[in-house]
Amino acid sequence: MTDKEWPLYEVFIRSRAGLSHRHAGSVHAPDDQMALDHARDTYTRRTEGVSIWVVRSDRIVASDPAENAAFFEPAKDKIYRHPTFYEIPDGVENL
Amino acid sequence: MSRDEAVIAYVLRLADNALILAQRMIELVTAKPELEEELANANFALDFIGQARMLYSYAAELEGAGRSEDDFAFMRDGNEFRNLLLIEQPNGHFGDSIVRQYLFEAFYVHQLDALTRCKDQRIAEIAARAIKEVRYHLRHISHWLIRLGDGTDESHQRVQASLDELWRFTGEMFVSDEVDVAIRDNLAGPDLEAIAALWKRDVEDVIAEATLQLPEDQWMARGGKQGQHSEHFGFLIAEMQFLQRSYAGASW
Repeated sequence: MTDKEWPLYEVFIRSRAGLSHRHAGSVHAPDDQMALDHARDTYTRRTEGVSIWVVRSDRIVASDPAENAAFFEPAKDKIYRHPTFYEIPDGVENL
Repeated sequence: MSRDEAVIAYVLRLADNALILAQRMIELVTAKPELEEELANANFALDFIGQARMLYSYAAELEGAGRSEDDFAFMRDGNEFRNLLLIEQPNGHFGDSIVRQYLFEAFYVHQLDALTRCKDQRIAEIAARAIKEVRYHLRHISHWLIRLGDGTDESHQRVQASLDELWRFTGEMFVSDEVDVAIRDNLAGPDLEAIAALWKRDVEDVIAEATLQLPEDQWMARGGKQGQHSEHFGFLIAEMQFLQRSYAGASW
């Protein structure tokens, strides 16, 4: 026996067809297939999902909070990128 | 034995298998090595409790003597239970409980599959619901068996010992008595010989993938289906029934 902990996996659940997968939480598992089992048993017990993705947490490439100013702030003053200047004609439902 | 008596006896056997295995798994609640496995174990136990409840309710209706699910579970004595000997075996270590569960569920999935096509509509409906749960259990439990067998030297040795130890309880699953014959002939129920072949094929595949050795043919214990249980069983039901026996009708 080793006392090493199982690696961490991030769990993404699609709650129903047509929606995208959303981050639900994380599980520990010895390998990929067991991670899927553990995600199923931990996060879909109350019919929360129709599809599960798992990915090892150390495979995720994340932005650095220290770079937030450079990453995100330049978008703040570009209000013309928001589609709020268009008038939506009456009767259009799916826009 | 009348036709109805055979159906009641058969439904009770199914229910007792589900309840007693659930009770063994409940003994492991809070004792699993990892949180995720803890949840899986409790989920599976609850699946079995749900199956047992549906089956006891149906047995109670067929019997028509005013007994309830709880009466069947908590007010019968040990020799009135008809579960397989395999199921009541103690939890042992993690590998023991995985092997016990795998050997049973690999049989149960084929039994349920045959029952979904039987002529008793209620049994067929319960089987159709239960088989989805059991297919997932099997997936998860065989993942474990493969990982323990094909894991470290120690896990391989220990799970091989579990397999050798529990093998002698597998023969009972495939021995037909008058109840099994009545269900097969009157209701187009499971043919245990055919199931034995399917079970052996599946078990051989998983055991090979787990790099384990299939135990040799040997003497097989039997008697659970007729109410003759092993020494462990009295302790199991004493704990399971204590509350209702001491405080009959207690609820919260």
